[in-house]
Amino acid sequence: MSIYINKDTKVLVQGITGSTALFHTKEMLEYGTKIVAGVTPGRGGETAEGVPVFNTVEEAVKETGANVSVIYVPAPFAADAIMEAVDAELDMAICITEHIPILDMVKVKRYMEGKKTRLVGPNCPGVITSDECKIGIMPGYIHTKGHVGVVSRSGTLTYEAVHQLSQAGIGQTTAVGIGGDPVNGTNFIDVLKEFNEDPETYAVVMIGEIGGSAEEEAAEWIKENMTKPVVGFIGGQTAPEGKRMGHAGAIISGGKGTAAEKIKALNAAGVETADTPSVIGETLIKVIKEKGLYEKCKTH
Amino acid sequence: MNIHEYQGKQLLRDYGVAVSNGIVAFSPEEAVKAAKQLSTDVYVVKAQIHAGGRGKAGGVKIAKNLDEVRAYAKELLGKILVTEQTGPEGKEVKRLLIEEGSNIEKEYYIGLVLDSATDRVTLMGSEEGGVDIEAVAEETPEKIFKEIIDPVVGLTGFQARRMAFNMNIPKKLVNKAANFMLGLYKVFIEKDASTVEINPLVTTAEGNILALDAKFNFDESALYRHKDIVELRDFDEEDSKEIEASKYDLSYISLDGNIGCMVNGAGLAMATMDTINYYGGSPANFLDVGGGATAEKVTEAFKIILSDEAVKGIFVNIFGGIMKCDVIAEGVITAAKEVGLQVPLVVRLEGTNVDKGKALLNESGLNIIAADSMADGAQKIVELVG
Repeated sequence: MSIYINKDTKVLVQGITGSTALFHTKEMLEYGTKIVAGVTPGRGGETAEGVPVFNTVEEAVKETGANVSVIYVPAPFAADAIMEAVDAELDMAICITEHIPILDMVKVKRYMEGKKTRLVGPNCPGVITSDECKIGIMPGYIHTKGHVGVVSRSGTLTYEAVHQLSQAGIGQTTAVGIGGDPVNGTNFIDVLKEFNEDPETYAVVMIGEIGGSAEEEAAEWIKENMTKPVVGFIGGQTAPEGKRMGHAGAIISGGKGTAAEKIKALNAAGVETADTPSVIGETLIKVIKEKGLYEKCKTH
Repeated sequence: MNIHEYQGKQLLRDYGVAVSNGIVAFSPEEAVKAAKQLSTDVYVVKAQIHAGGRGKAGGVKIAKNLDEVRAYAKELLGKILVTEQTGPEGKEVKRLLIEEGSNIEKEYYIGLVLDSATDRVTLMGSEEGGVDIEAVAEETPEKIFKEIIDPVVGLTGFQARRMAFNMNIPKKLVNKAANFMLGLYKVFIEKDASTVEINPLVTTAEGNILALDAKFNFDESALYRHKDIVELRDFDEEDSKEIEASKYDLSYISLDGNIGCMVNGAGLAMATMDTINYYGGSPANFLDVGGGATAEKVTEAFKIILSDEAVKGIFVNIFGGIMKCDVIAEGVITAAKEVGLQVPLVVRLEGTNVDKGKALLNESGLNIIAADSMADGAQKIVELVG
């Protein structure tokens, strides 16, 4: 078991003929992901990396039965691509594209109300279920199959955490990058709920960063509902106030959304936090040993 | 991206939103000339810098005649203004706004901002204007009112009126206030602002309602569709290295330390900064080369770090996903060869195409210290910088 995606997931790549999309389509195919279709308007009938290309998402879904899309479309057109995936009633749309205008995303979120599609991202590394299905841009080789779930606002920090776990012999079920933008589709709580219900996931690593209040809300939810141990890390503990650190979401102002507040909220919810990103793996191992889960989580 | 008060007010004027009359001036002569064009007995001479708290820091003067306008303009131009938002180094005043004085009855606050809890643009208003609104929010949150805006229909008339009534704006001015808010929302949406703050919004003895200040911030991701806004950028207000970096779409922020960092991804960049601090070092910058950077961009990024005289050592920390390690290696090698590398360089590479990247660095002949992990790399560079 795993969450969101598995070996049977049929993937559609939106914007497949772009250079980044082509590179990652190849990587995903090599990992074993079932990519059944690509979409680039006007390029229907061609193939890309051996994958049939369609003009519209609707047509691609009808012809191939794709149920999850991954979006590499450039920022000015990405919001439209997300809405096209939602209109085609896909189970999930994973948007890798960064720098989508905020007001475009505000409209997208409004459009999605009452529709069935789950959006992950934008500005995220994607979702991977180890050894089954890799959707996005994460390096596949660092992931190993196992029993720890990973959820993160930062792409590269997800890799960092996964790498540490794998090197320590702790495999993962699914790793979800939710993205660092202020308006996004899936939040920590959505993913934590899934991990809580997944019988194969025994513990969770949650990586947040300064700005916003998503980590504080997640801490509240964990306190009330989470039955599995969660280990956390918050990036940006030494960021100077008021400076924008790349992710539009990572802005601290007026003492709100600071690392200290987030760590306090997580600790109060029973979440042990790593002091530096280098000890995320160690911290998780310490906690699962305390809970008697280490042997069950050790995969090699 | 920030703009000046006078530019923000011009934007508002373009949209029919009421602001006091005023003209920008770059010299005392221009200030006097501007004042002559205004029809008023009292002039306000306002320093234009990208920071709040100007009034308290002496950056806003009331002049009763043209001689006083000239005197205040002379005093302010070239002055280093230190406000609560500039940092101790302050900012040099290079532009002034000469405005007609207003007969203020009462000061209010109005703002538009994205609320990420609802994913909607939200109108905020309060009758506690002209003061630190964050303090009001903290001490008397009941005095701040909010209207959540549906992006499909936009701010509605009834929402704007309800806000005006909640703010206790005099009944006869409610419609003017509502029109003000509707215009403000229109500018916000059409120009892809990320925040707009009018503090204070004032009512005058003549029965007008107008913006006495205007703070705009624009969504950098949307600037590609607003050439007019990009033209308002004032390079004097920004760090020269940050300007250079922005030419190559790099996310760069100057910091106070001496370890230059080149990282991919905002999260990893912040974590690298945290780790260097943890081991007792201090980063000179935050540099996120992002996802799709080319070798040329990486070269420019590396040159920007090398151009900072404070930098005594460099730590390259890459975990490639969309960013390929060989591209990073190529960029680093090119830059180091072009500019010459005088300081220690620690490199940690992991992720997509890591073997190719490591091979390129090994064959380059450069004096590079390899690190196995972020912690290892941070410790090594902190030690080398001393």
